[in-house]
Amino acid sequence: MTSVRYEAPESVQDAVALLGGANGGGRVLAGGTDLLVQMRSGMVAPALIVDVKKIPELRGIAGNGEGFRIGAAVPGAELSEHAEVASLWPGVVEAVDLIGSTQIQGRASMGGNLCNASPAADSVPALVVAGARVTVAGPNGTREVAVEDIPTKPGRTSLAPGEFVVEFLLPEHPEGTGDAYLRMIPRTEMDIAAVGCGVCLTLDGDGVCTAAKVALGAVAPTVIVVPAAAEALIGSKIDEAALARLDAAAQAACRPIDDKRGTIAFRTRVAGTLARRAALLAAERARAN
Amino acid sequence: MAKHHVTTTINGEEIEFLCETQQTLLDVLRDELELTGSKEGCGSGDCGACSVTVDGRLVCSCLILGVEAEGREIETIEGMAEGDHLHPLQRKFLEHAALQCGYCTPGFLVAAKSLLEKNPDPSETEVRYWLAGNLCRCTGYDKIVHAVLDAAAEMRGQANA
Repeated sequence: MTSVRYEAPESVQDAVALLGGANGGGRVLAGGTDLLVQMRSGMVAPALIVDVKKIPELRGIAGNGEGFRIGAAVPGAELSEHAEVASLWPGVVEAVDLIGSTQIQGRASMGGNLCNASPAADSVPALVVAGARVTVAGPNGTREVAVEDIPTKPGRTSLAPGEFVVEFLLPEHPEGTGDAYLRMIPRTEMDIAAVGCGVCLTLDGDGVCTAAKVALGAVAPTVIVVPAAAEALIGSKIDEAALARLDAAAQAACRPIDDKRGTIAFRTRVAGTLARRAALLAAERARAN
Repeated sequence: MAKHHVTTTINGEEIEFLCETQQTLLDVLRDELELTGSKEGCGSGDCGACSVTVDGRLVCSCLILGVEAEGREIETIEGMAEGDHLHPLQRKFLEHAALQCGYCTPGFLVAAKSLLEKNPDPSETEVRYWLAGNLCRCTGYDKIVHAVLDAAAEMRGQANA
């Protein structure tokens, strides 16, 4: 066994320097719930592990009245305990909470869930519909990117060598807005989504939908945003006709695979049903806001 | 490369150890510190047999590097009983025969203790969801869940007394 170098820098700049000096052989360690499994199975063999949990920007949750900054390494359990985020963005918090067991929640982070780039990552559709962005640090400085622009295909991201996600930016929560994330798994707990669907929508005083975003997980190589599904909701009171259009648009956007968790036909149909249910839940939350 | 020199607290006692980067906290507990109560079932965070708490947070010790233990407070199954005096959860597991081969038991006990510290009066559903990351392949879960609920009731009784 060759020895692996371990570093736990205390600043973003130091982490950038370490990763930049590793010639692509460095891996970021946040919660480790994917990385350690991949190392053990021989899928990855990094020469350098950069533990980012001592960097303050990656560990905090801060609200400033215009939204929240959530450190990329904040574990799911800490996010769930943050009452303010949970009350404004319940869809995001519930999606994160679906990842793994209690033990996994003690470690697993949104940054890891996003950068592991599984098509079935539960937090990703919820973050996408919430309009979340990430700040990315790297050798050429810091840039801000929409969450949906990070994954490019299973296990791959748009991050350049030496870049890593520092924090998530959840936008200001507009009045009358509600979000929801639902997933279908073949059992009640401890599984990977066969389909996941996030919906975020805004209702005006008359209950008419003025803005919407719909995203699907596990039905394509990456999370997909479905503009036609959002258009089905906008201008409606989330009535049956709108839901039927939403259902059809969600199904039309699916490009799933057949595997042990579901066939193409099953996943496609479930995507439509989940979109309906998530839209109804998001609307209920929007009315309460 | 030199080994990492780690100083940590395990079950209230300050401990120093040396480890390689690749060694997990579970490897260190079992192979370096002879704390073999935590078990390796899957090594991938699915079975919960290696459950410990780190700074009060329930985690799988197979998914943490030993070097990450630096400066942390770790609680393992070895810290649960006080000498010969079993923790109420341990007693209730015996009373309810909530174990068969026993391999998963340390993980269940550590996880259940963590639940009761956070929620002294959980519903059956809350117990089942909290323990969903602990797998038992012998007895099934009913006896385990009832042992936890019974222990919780007893512990609340003591707290009220």
